[in-house]
Amino acid sequence: MSAKGPKQSKQNIDNDQITKPESKGRRDALKTLATVPVLGGMAYGVYKKIKHEHSSKVGSTLFSFDTAPTVMERQPDGKMIRLGIIGFGIRGAQLMQALGFATPQYLEDLKTQAKNDPQNTRYQDFLDQEDLNIVVNGVCDIFEIYAKDAAMAGANRKREGVNGKLDKLPAIYKHYKELLAAQDIDAVIIATPDHWHGTMIIDAVNAGKHVYVEKPFTWTVPETYLVADAVRKSNIVFQLGHQGRQIEINHRAKDIIQKGLIGDVTLVEVSTNRNDPNGAWVYDIHPEANPSTIDWKQFEGDPRRIKEYMDYMTSSGAAKYVGPDSRDKFSLERFFRWRCWWDYSTGLSGDLLTHEYDVMNHILDLGIPASATSSGGVYFFKDGRTVPDVLQTTFEFPDRNMSFLYSATLASEFNRPRKIMGTDATIELGSSLNVTIDGASKRYKDKIEQGIIKPGEPFYRYASGKSIDALSSATEMYFAERGLLFSYVEGKRYNTTFLHLREWLECIRQNKQPSCGIEEAFAEAITAHMGTRAYLEGRTMYWDKDKQIITRE
Amino acid sequence: MSRKNVYSRSQLSWLVILRILIGWYFMYEGLAKVFNPNWSSYPYLLDSKGLFAPIFISLTDYPFLVDLVNYVNMYGLTIIGLCMILGCFVSIANIGAIGLLSLYYLSHPPLIGVHYLMPPEGSYLWVDKNLVMLGAVMVQHFFPSSHYVGIDRYIFRKFGKTQKQ
Repeated sequence: MSAKGPKQSKQNIDNDQITKPESKGRRDALKTLATVPVLGGMAYGVYKKIKHEHSSKVGSTLFSFDTAPTVMERQPDGKMIRLGIIGFGIRGAQLMQALGFATPQYLEDLKTQAKNDPQNTRYQDFLDQEDLNIVVNGVCDIFEIYAKDAAMAGANRKREGVNGKLDKLPAIYKHYKELLAAQDIDAVIIATPDHWHGTMIIDAVNAGKHVYVEKPFTWTVPETYLVADAVRKSNIVFQLGHQGRQIEINHRAKDIIQKGLIGDVTLVEVSTNRNDPNGAWVYDIHPEANPSTIDWKQFEGDPRRIKEYMDYMTSSGAAKYVGPDSRDKFSLERFFRWRCWWDYSTGLSGDLLTHEYDVMNHILDLGIPASATSSGGVYFFKDGRTVPDVLQTTFEFPDRNMSFLYSATLASEFNRPRKIMGTDATIELGSSLNVTIDGASKRYKDKIEQGIIKPGEPFYRYASGKSIDALSSATEMYFAERGLLFSYVEGKRYNTTFLHLREWLECIRQNKQPSCGIEEAFAEAITAHMGTRAYLEGRTMYWDKDKQIITRE
Repeated sequence: MSRKNVYSRSQLSWLVILRILIGWYFMYEGLAKVFNPNWSSYPYLLDSKGLFAPIFISLTDYPFLVDLVNYVNMYGLTIIGLCMILGCFVSIANIGAIGLLSLYYLSHPPLIGVHYLMPPEGSYLWVDKNLVMLGAVMVQHFFPSSHYVGIDRYIFRKFGKTQKQ
């Protein structure tokens, strides 16, 4: 519309020119302040809204906690710890990276990624990673290439790429016992296949070295007692590699349950959901791997352990799960994909159920279950493996009036969060912690009737130090749900493996007990073995608390 | 400045109503952030997409910059809204509003194939509600109404008189 037309219209004559002088001031004031009443409307609306939110706050204070859970603090002037690394496969390399040591090639790749994509900050994150005041003095891997890589990573203290300057190379040991005998090593990290864990822990303890070992704690049941005894009697600091102990939301879940906010827990549901060959342990075979670069004899295992394994398998009717290859037959598949065979592995129970169990043992102080039942099979990866790729294991805790259900598939990655189901509410643990109040809850009956709590809808959320409750905006809820809001704590991204290793190192320095010590490890191993035996034997296995043994009835 | 009304009654009415609506929208967006102790621009900045995303994302590396962005949003939106409703210094408020709306648009442009964490409440292609709002603020900037209805009427009259003297 043009501004010309209205100018000529009669309606638009400015009032200033035609009004009488006496009313001019009043009209002026009126026009000046005409919109002020709108603010009254705004004030009323805001007052109503805040009042409404305050009534929700009554509900949200139910879930208020004094402090945020914290991670173990570092002492500023702790002594330097001299490490030895046994096993530099996939996990061993990850552990060393978490400690701040990576091969020049690995860092070169990260640098290239950063160059191609400015948003990729992995190299910078690695450079920024806290110096843990450690030195790697020895490495051991029975595959030559991995041993050399481990040494390169250990010498790469400046965290540089392929043309960077390396520090002094750590000693490369062909046998782990030589590494354990070295005088310039205080502590060892064991990241070998399952069938070696127990023996190596005992030997490390006897050599007076502190131990960080990957899960599972042990491969056979008999060795579990030997290893636990050896560690209990020693003065070494022992940590089992369940880094889930460092997940902050699990600490908050523990607080919530201890305060009785979810009522009686009768069921815990946990799962593994993977759907790719790598997740099903079909790892790459290194092109330079062959009988001359791999010490197969050492890979086979400790004869005492093999005897324990064979005795059990043959006496329990599980002989069909042994092999099928003979143990002394060199096999690249069996070397790189050892998790697929009971001959070296503990299957889903040892690899992944243990993580889930340890999380719940941490939150609920479960201890060893009274019984275990398992079922499943090799349903998708029919590649000659003997361990199942689908597994369901149920543990009963009659003393706690509770069942624990583990459900796993390696052929679907549909996300199933961990659930702790109580009579008053259910906790879901995913990237954040969600609490949903139960519609039939007695504890929250009044609040539900008052409309403060809507049953069936997430009532409280928690992620990395922040509570999200009924007061929060829809936007915040949305962001928190996707884990974005709090992927950084105080501007720093936390890697739980780093925190778990750091805790172990600090416990060595301060002579303290780490969060996943020998008692937690013993419970983890026995629980997993009960599940494994239930699968292998096709029957329920029981724990005799008095005799401390696994029985069949 | 001419004191002569160039608008018809209905034109002026709707310009004033538009100003109040935009003002209300801005003011409550600001107040909602002021009254929410947990609000932060952090996730919004981090979720930026498009050509300028690296700039917005890099702000999150510096907590003091995030704090600054938070304060500008909380109090900037509130004050801009208040000015528009009262018709007080509206031309300055308009410039502030255009600045903020441009930043919102540039950090979250509705491009093809770009997805944001917060799903949009409508369907957008290149033009979204921020851009429409920006257009509306532009219109109200070039068709001012506060000189007729609003505190600017008083301010500018006084200012005009002083000039004459």
